[in-house]
Parts: sequence; structure tokens; C-alpha cells
Amino acid sequence: MAAPALRLVFAALMRSPPSIVAQATAEGLSVALSGEWTIDAGAALERQAAALQAAATDTRKTAIDLSAVDSLDTAGAWVIDRARQALQASGVPAELTGVSETHATLLREAAYRPDETPTEPRRLLMVSLIGEVGASVADIAADVFSGLSFLGQVVACGFRGLFRPSHWRLTPLVFHFENYAFRSVPLIVTINIFVGAIIAQQGIFQLEKLGASAFSTELVAILSLRELGVLLASIMVAGRTGSAITAEIGAMKMREETDALRVMALDPIEVLVLPRLTALVIALPILTFLGDLGALFGGMCVAWAHGDVTPYSYLGLLQHPWTLERFEVGMIKAPFMALVIGVIAAAEGFAVAGSAESLGNRVTASVVKSIFMVIVLDGLFASFFVAVNF
Amino acid sequence: MSAEIETSTTEPRRIEIQVRGLEVGFGDKLVMRGLDLDIRRGEVLGFVGASGAGKSVLTRTILGLLPKRAGTIEVKGRNLDLLPPRERAEVERRWGVLFQQGALFSSLTVKENIEAPMREHLNISAKLRGELAMLKLSLVGLPADAAIKYPSQLSGGMIKRAALARALALDPDLLFLDEPTSGLDPIGAGDFDELIATLQKTLGLTVFMVTHDLDSLYAICDRVAVLGEGKVIAIGGIEDLLRSQDPWIREYFRGKRGSGREAAYRSRLGVDEPPNHL
Repeated sequence: MAAPALRLVFAALMRSPPSIVAQATAEGLSVALSGEWTIDAGAALERQAAALQAAATDTRKTAIDLSAVDSLDTAGAWVIDRARQALQASGVPAELTGVSETHATLLREAAYRPDETPTEPRRLLMVSLIGEVGASVADIAADVFSGLSFLGQVVACGFRGLFRPSHWRLTPLVFHFENYAFRSVPLIVTINIFVGAIIAQQGIFQLEKLGASAFSTELVAILSLRELGVLLASIMVAGRTGSAITAEIGAMKMREETDALRVMALDPIEVLVLPRLTALVIALPILTFLGDLGALFGGMCVAWAHGDVTPYSYLGLLQHPWTLERFEVGMIKAPFMALVIGVIAAAEGFAVAGSAESLGNRVTASVVKSIFMVIVLDGLFASFFVAVNF
Repeated sequence: MSAEIETSTTEPRRIEIQVRGLEVGFGDKLVMRGLDLDIRRGEVLGFVGASGAGKSVLTRTILGLLPKRAGTIEVKGRNLDLLPPRERAEVERRWGVLFQQGALFSSLTVKENIEAPMREHLNISAKLRGELAMLKLSLVGLPADAAIKYPSQLSGGMIKRAALARALALDPDLLFLDEPTSGLDPIGAGDFDELIATLQKTLGLTVFMVTHDLDSLYAICDRVAVLGEGKVIAIGGIEDLLRSQDPWIREYFRGKRGSGREAAYRSRLGVDEPPNHL
């Protein structure tokens, strides 16, 4: 046990950095190399090779003596040969002497050759800047186009499946529904309770200045039921479920699982997208409804604590024909939001290319695009309801 | 030091990796049951065994990717468990690993993949780093224009070669190959065997190769170890294994796919003595 350990310590002490000794001779210059010319020497390797080259320029002839080199690897062989070839090129005949057999093999295999990495042609900064702006605009147009075409495929596939109950995939539907709806409930209800409480609190304090703090209940009802309930649920679902859909489909695409489905004469849209999309379209209205309840509950708690409105009178204030109307406006938006989120998430999933980076980009794009589209769609609905006086 | 390695043949050659009494298990299933194995310096050791016998488990345990329950692993006489992290990192720097699927970083180009370990571990200029990466690329026989490609743009054979170039980036002493020729066509597999043999001779590597490819075993392995029931059941030159009476080994080397190789091997060696037990 002691012997190998000692030998190791010895070897560590013996490890010597690469070094050169130059000596003028009758023919020109003789450079003796010694030490370990391996990649472990790091920068010293480069420095010594540069020193070798510097010492030998302006001599008639140079002999590079390798007989005292302890060890050599491809990196060492490369820098030595690089220096030798540079000397040759500058008109100094340089040759290697004292080369052992193993070193000769290395020097042959790792002989210096100029770097041939293909390079992209450089373009003017201004040109490439304008080019990239143009490419982004074209990308957006292509995105809209491919998104619509994907929606078309999904709708066509859905209609085909509608009349063939044997193609309804109920088990995955229930599985996804549990994942998307059931497991999101605590999260969505909790944030809605907080948001309802915040609206009520701000309503009471801000409207107090106008002497209208009694309307804070109205404020919670209008904002939550009509806009915030569905928006918050949609945004949370886009972040939580949309990203999962993109990642699942994207990983399957990367590992050729979607291709496997296709060659089995199965439509990946029917197998992968429809159950997820259906589950999402059912889940989001339910989540919105539960979120609305949470917001009203949060508002009720604050109204009771800060506004001296008892839960009984709070519920009484909600008994208003308009409340139901507002609730309906919020609810009718939910399935459309779900459709937008699901279609964007699935389309992004199918757009994943081979690399992990691409998967990451697509998941990000899926979340960003669906949140963006959810808000745009909410705006469209708002103008629509105003136009129809609802 | 090099003189010491090639001294007398009577003395056993220096051991690069020594595994003693290795036990590895998952749950209540024991995969390695007191496995002993020596990998000698400068040899190509082939490692075979039935699918699911734990070849990859052994490789991954030696590399430290899986925990072990008992036993010791010594690399160049140093017990890996007792090494402080710094020295352990030094040991790990001296080995290169070719994973079965290549495990190239998919967001980096081939050249960046090869440069990645150099960038992390070496204090050398970017220029030299790039040149050495290109050298490794040409050593494994890839054209220069593969350098700027991403792994997803490469064919299976090119991925293996690029991954081998990355394994060689730090000029390792020891190379682990996990099924290097799986998924390659016979010509590509033959070329790859030849490449490994050439590199092994040029760079003086020790190679540990998990493989199912009988051609590789015959072509480049100095010794072959057979894994069965959590232990090495046989180890030796291919001649020794051909003489083995173990039913699994006989089936492996002398079954339908094995016997043709054996005949070719014998005719190449100029030995035409018929095997005595067939």
C-alpha cells in the first residue's frame, strides 16, 4: 500500500513544466526541449512554444531536440509542430531531432494544419439589423398563418371524430382533466381570494373619499366576475398547463414518438391534441367559476373586516340581476380562452426541433404567446359586448 | 515513467483501474454481487454480458454516476472514495467517456462541444483551443465543415465520431466506450473499430469498451471480460473464452452469429485447427 502511494508523491514532485534551452551551434541554433509537453501545462505550453519560435527566428538553421521530453500528447505535439512550421514559413529551416517512436507517431497524427473552421460571411451591422427586423415581422406573419392552419386541422379532426364515438379517447381525457382542472384548483382559488380581497380593500379606501365605499361590493362583482376571474384563470392555466402541453408534445416530437404514431396510421392531432384540448375546454370554465367564488369570498372577508358589511348583507348586495349577467359574460369567454391556449401550446409543441434549446424556446414562446393572445381576445370580447349592449 | 510500463512480461502490467468486491443494487435487487475487475494500462478491454446483466451499471458506477453499496474502486492506485474533491476532479479529467447516444450538448455546435471541457479545465488561449478542437475533429475522421453543425444535423455515425472527439478533448489516459458501434452500419462500425485501434496506439490509451459487437471483440480487444450474475465470470484473451465451457459464453461466441466470426478469425490468424468440442 505504501509503495504506490510513495511513487505517486514522487511522480507529483517530478512533474516538470515544459521548458526550452537554446544553444548556438556551428550550423545555427539547437533548442533542447524538456519537461512534460502535455495539455495539463496549459498556458505554459503556449508560452514555451512561442519562446522557441522567438529564439529561433533570424537563425540560419534550427534543430529542435526532443530527446529530453518526458511526455508528450496531441496538444504538445501540435504546438511544437506549429512552431516548427512557422519557422519554416519564415525561412528558417527547422527540424526535429531525438524523436522517439511514440513521439513520432504523435507528431505525425497531430501535425499542424491551419484552422479550417468554416466561417459565416460577415455582414454589415446595419444590414443584418434591418434583416433581422424584417425576419421577425415575417416570422409573426408565418406564426399567425401556421396557427390558423393548425386550428383548422384541429377543427377538421374534431368534426371527423365527433361522429365516430369509437374514436373518443375518454381515458386520456379524464387523465388530462384531472391534471389540468383538479390539480389547479387550490392555486387558482387562492390567488382569486387574494385578488378579490385586494379589490375590496382598495375599493373601500379609495371610494371612501367620494363617500361611495358602499359600491365596493359592486366593484368586486363587476371586476372579478366579468374580467379578472377568467383572465387570472386563463393566465395561470397558460403558465401551468400550456407549458406542460408544449413540453410533452415537444419531447415526443424530439424522440420521434409523433412519427411513430403517424406510421401506425394514427393522427397525432387526434391522439395527442384532441383529448388535451377537450380537457382544457371543460376545465377552464370550471376553474373560472371556482375562481369567481374565491374572489367573492375574498371580497366578503374584507368587506366584513374593513367596511362593516356583514356576510349576510354582502350576499344580499350580490342578489342583483346584473350580477348574473356579469358572471355569464365572464364564463362565456372561458372556453374560447382554453381553445386559444390549447391550440397555441400544441402548435408550439409540434414546432420543436432536435435540440434541448429549441424545446426551451418553444415552451417559453407557448406561454408568452398564449398569455398575450388571452389578453387580446379579452379585449376583443370587451368591444364585442359593448357593441351588442350586453 | 513510460519505461516502467513496458518492462518485463513476467511482472503483471500496471493496473489502471482496480475494482474489488463491488456491490450495487436498486431497491432490494442486487445487480453487482462482489464484482472484481482489473483494467490494465494500455489494453483494450472488451466487456460483454447479456442485456440487462448490468454492463452499463458497472460503467456508470466506476464513473461515479451511480452509488455503490460496498467495495472499492482504485484508479491508478488511488481509492476514489478517499480522494478529496480536488484530486477526484483531477482523476476525472484523465478519463474520456463516449456515451451510447453520444450525449453531445444539443445547443452547442460540434466544435463548441469539443471545446467545452477545454474551456472549463484548461488555461489556454482561444486560438489554441480552437485549433486543438479542429485537430481532434480530424483525428476522428470528421470533415472540417462538421465543426459548425449542431448535433441534430448529424447522422448517427457522425454523432459517435463527434462524441469521441469530445471524449478525447483533454487527451485522456483512459477511454470508456459504451456500445461504440451500436447503431452503425457494418462498414461504419468497422471503420469506427479501426479508428479506436489507431487512436489507442497513437495516444497510448487504455480503453474500456462495453459492446455487443462480436466483430469489435475480435478486431480490437486485447482481453474480453464476461459479466454474469453480478460478477465477472470469465476474463481473458478471445482464445481463452472460445475454450470456455460456460454455456452462456459458448452460446455467445459459438452461436449462429458467433461461429462465422470465429472461422474468419482463425483463417486470419492462419490457425485452421478445428475446435475440439464442436
